[in-house]
Amino acid sequence: MSRTKITVAVTGLNNIDSPGPGIPVIRGIKESEEFNARIIGLAYEHLEPGIYMSELVDKTYMIPYPSKGKEALYDRLMEIHKKENIDVIIPNFDAELFSFIKLENQLNKVGIKTFLPTLEQFEERHKSNLPAYGKKYGVDIPQGTEVFSIADLNNALKSMEYPVMVKGKYYDAYKAYSEEQAIAYFHKMSAKWGLPVILQEFIDGTEVNVIALGDGKGNLTAAVPMRKQYITDKGKAWGGITIEDQSLLDLAHKIVSQSKWRGGMELELIRSANGKLYILEINPRIPAWVYLAVGAGQNIPEALIKLALGNDVKPYTRYDVGKMFIRYSYDMIVDIDRFSTLATSGEL
Amino acid sequence: MKIKENIAISETGFVFNPTTGDSFTLNETGRKVIALINEGKTIEQTAKVLKETFDVDDTTLERYLFDFVYDLRINKLLEE
Repeated sequence: MSRTKITVAVTGLNNIDSPGPGIPVIRGIKESEEFNARIIGLAYEHLEPGIYMSELVDKTYMIPYPSKGKEALYDRLMEIHKKENIDVIIPNFDAELFSFIKLENQLNKVGIKTFLPTLEQFEERHKSNLPAYGKKYGVDIPQGTEVFSIADLNNALKSMEYPVMVKGKYYDAYKAYSEEQAIAYFHKMSAKWGLPVILQEFIDGTEVNVIALGDGKGNLTAAVPMRKQYITDKGKAWGGITIEDQSLLDLAHKIVSQSKWRGGMELELIRSANGKLYILEINPRIPAWVYLAVGAGQNIPEALIKLALGNDVKPYTRYDVGKMFIRYSYDMIVDIDRFSTLATSGEL
Repeated sequence: MKIKENIAISETGFVFNPTTGDSFTLNETGRKVIALINEGKTIEQTAKVLKETFDVDDTTLERYLFDFVYDLRINKLLEE
């Protein structure tokens, strides 16, 4: 079967110790039996490793930070589109999703497809909105509250037991065993990610994750559960294994069907000692461990592209249990000419 | 007492629980105990067979066997 030629732009090329999902997404696309994809990398930093992985990324363009606003992003994407004729964009950062969701119609008009959650879906699963989310969809969420100041924090801590989780608006979470620690983490999180900071009950148990893809009509197109086996000091999985747990798939199905979730998603869950499942976070995008799902038989990046293009996608019904991923770091040697070309022209 | 049906145990003593993702390795004695449990033997019957096989006193045997069964239970490998 001849593969369809397509141009896909991907962000999240920061394949570092807290990796973005871009490179594993690209690996999935490159292994597609349906698409022969030219990959356009969209980068924020000159040292995002994926920029220099020429076997995976055909061309990279710098794009403006989300803080510059969606107009600046749109203008830059149009410059790139003129040269590359992009078919699909897959954004992979939480912080940029708002802009891409807002630009969805404009991009669609010029022929660039995305497959993203709606703004309502995106907003309601925010860490700070999770308690309301739990009530709406009938799922268990650890008790939590958002805090905007030290006074808020002190007030909230009065009704909580230590340890507590102190979480950044977009990323990062720390376990605090005392008021002093909670205050220190509050400052750290607010400086890095802004306000509010999320204060959450700590649930002792086993951390499990589910990657899922919703078709926007309530169907669960793909889902693979994974247990982290090796966790870095940043809480990222450095090794993991696919597991067989129907209750995790049922939960993913429930959330996707009730919310009619559109796009990739990661459920971060914890199973307490008494077996109860709590949702810690819902990430509105494909996670960095997506290549495990590809290896286990569900090519989620490929399925997402097909959904973006409006093709029919038959939901995946199986995956291999006991498939593992083990991350590694690798030093690339890069001539400074390449770095300087990117730094001066904004493309490589 | 029964090992859960979905637990994978290799001939070399590697145990994988697909529900939790946990894996374990068994020594020769552990493999023997699991084999006896899979034959449908009770703890008492298992203890009797082990006593006939190994040169061990009752107290030591019971302590290690009960510890082992406890480990199987807390790691959710046993059908309760």
